[in-house]
Amino acid sequence: MTALLSLSAVSKCFRGIVAVDRVSFDVAEGALFAVIGPNGAGKTTLFNMIAGAAIPDGGTIAFAGQPIGGLTADAVCRRGVARTFQLVRPFPALSVEDNVVVGALLHRRSVAAARDRACTLLRRFDLFDKRHQRAATLTLPDRKRLEVARALATGPRLLLLDEVMAGLRPTETDRMVATLRDINRDSGVTILLIEHVMRAVMALASRVLVLDHGVAIAEGAPQTVVRDPAVVQSYLGQCYRENEAV
Amino acid sequence: MAALLTRLTDGAPRRAVILLGILFATLVVAPWLVSDYLVTVLILILYLAYCGQAWNIMMGFTGQLSLGHGIYVGLGAYVAAVLFTRYGVGPWFGLLAAMPVAAACGAVIGFLAFRFGVTGVYFAILTIAFAEFARIGFDHLGIVNAAAGLFLPVAQYAHNDLWRLRGSPTMFYYVILAATLCAFILCRLLITSRIGYFWLAIREDEEAARAAGIDTFRYKIYAVTISAAVTSFAGVFYAFFYNNLFPEQVFNISQSIQIILGPVIGGVGTLFGPLLGAFVLTGLAESLNSALTAFGIDLPGAEQVFYGMCLLFVVVALPEGIWPWLARALGVTERVR
Repeated sequence: MTALLSLSAVSKCFRGIVAVDRVSFDVAEGALFAVIGPNGAGKTTLFNMIAGAAIPDGGTIAFAGQPIGGLTADAVCRRGVARTFQLVRPFPALSVEDNVVVGALLHRRSVAAARDRACTLLRRFDLFDKRHQRAATLTLPDRKRLEVARALATGPRLLLLDEVMAGLRPTETDRMVATLRDINRDSGVTILLIEHVMRAVMALASRVLVLDHGVAIAEGAPQTVVRDPAVVQSYLGQCYRENEAV
Repeated sequence: MAALLTRLTDGAPRRAVILLGILFATLVVAPWLVSDYLVTVLILILYLAYCGQAWNIMMGFTGQLSLGHGIYVGLGAYVAAVLFTRYGVGPWFGLLAAMPVAAACGAVIGFLAFRFGVTGVYFAILTIAFAEFARIGFDHLGIVNAAAGLFLPVAQYAHNDLWRLRGSPTMFYYVILAATLCAFILCRLLITSRIGYFWLAIREDEEAARAAGIDTFRYKIYAVTISAAVTSFAGVFYAFFYNNLFPEQVFNISQSIQIILGPVIGGVGTLFGPLLGAFVLTGLAESLNSALTAFGIDLPGAEQVFYGMCLLFVVVALPEGIWPWLARALGVTERVR
């Protein structure tokens, strides 16, 4: 089976500092793939390159068999890759509903059809009752869900989620995990997520890639990866292992 | 027609539609109720409301600040006036030429700015620069009589000639009223359509808009082009109403500033803002002038000081403009945009 997203020796430097160093991995269609690693490991840079917000210095990024490295962000999105931002960026003065309508209009001509689609998504993300509020008035967890809803409204085949669980309480995290799992199961959308919240990664991901200082140090099933000595050493720390063991 | 009406009123509060109907009806009968002098004041108000509405497409909807909208007024005015005085082409055919010229000019300015990532304050400065280029260029352009000015023949008005736009102020009043209504309808249609949503997204957060798949470059070019084309009609109207054109006047920065004061005071990004702002500003300024004249006080520049004070008041007290505040007071708030 060919991978939906395939990175091969992708690199990015910022003034001599290697942020991402020849990273290669494949994400299969329909997978829930997580990228973890300490702060500054190059996760968001990697994301930006896939999403077209940054241009790789080397290597190739292929989506559905087509190279996408170096395309603009909007062109990447039109091909079926939608993203969220680590620091949420809803359209603040627009209503919650209109935020999602904007996404849904990407592949729809009619505003009414886009509105229907937006309402379906808002119900799914428990935002339907707040649809007439300005997005700026939402709480952080709501804004995070709104971002995911807007990204999904563009009808992606691949959804890139940049730390959507950060700042959520455990119950909210579980709710988000459940929603994402449902969406992945129902619509078959492939999800690639950057995440620090191990609780979410373990519950959600079918495969995990660990980055450290721009280098991929481990890849595999979550249970295997968290026991990898290199991963424990660089990221999770001894405590995590012991807590897990308990 | 019925479909258009449904489309226009869909989602708008019933009370807003009724109020708009009353306002329009009042404006239609106004020339019979007020003096000739007040009719010319109303013409100025509607002219500024029209320009403000056109400017609002760029700034209010798409978030691109143009401080040089005078260039589109000037181009529209000169294209139509030259065609009329030199080739005898009537204003409506002149408009057919003026609109593409202004639109092309807007597209070029937009292309140069957006292609090279000029945004925010720098974009605003660029728009001033182009308006200044045009002013200086037209000051030396022989075909438009350069700085000496271009004059349209003024005959005694035996009757109103709508086709050639020669006639009484009342005729001009109805022309600009119809145009303002058309601009209002156009803006309402634009902002409730796909392109409008994309513009708002760009205004709110350009990077997030791009991440949602919007080709922001293309949609910003559309905004400038449409805004420029709509503004050019104001120029045609200006030429045929005032019958004289000087580059120092039409392309002047004060013309551009005058255009944006209405929507800024009325409410940037709202449909009623430009109209309300023009009414408040010009209406109060004219009242001030009449009051000063009545008391026999001669204060040159009083109007400008008054504009400045209005602007200060609005920026401090009602930073969103008068309309959002008034709309809440009247209970006709539009859906959150």
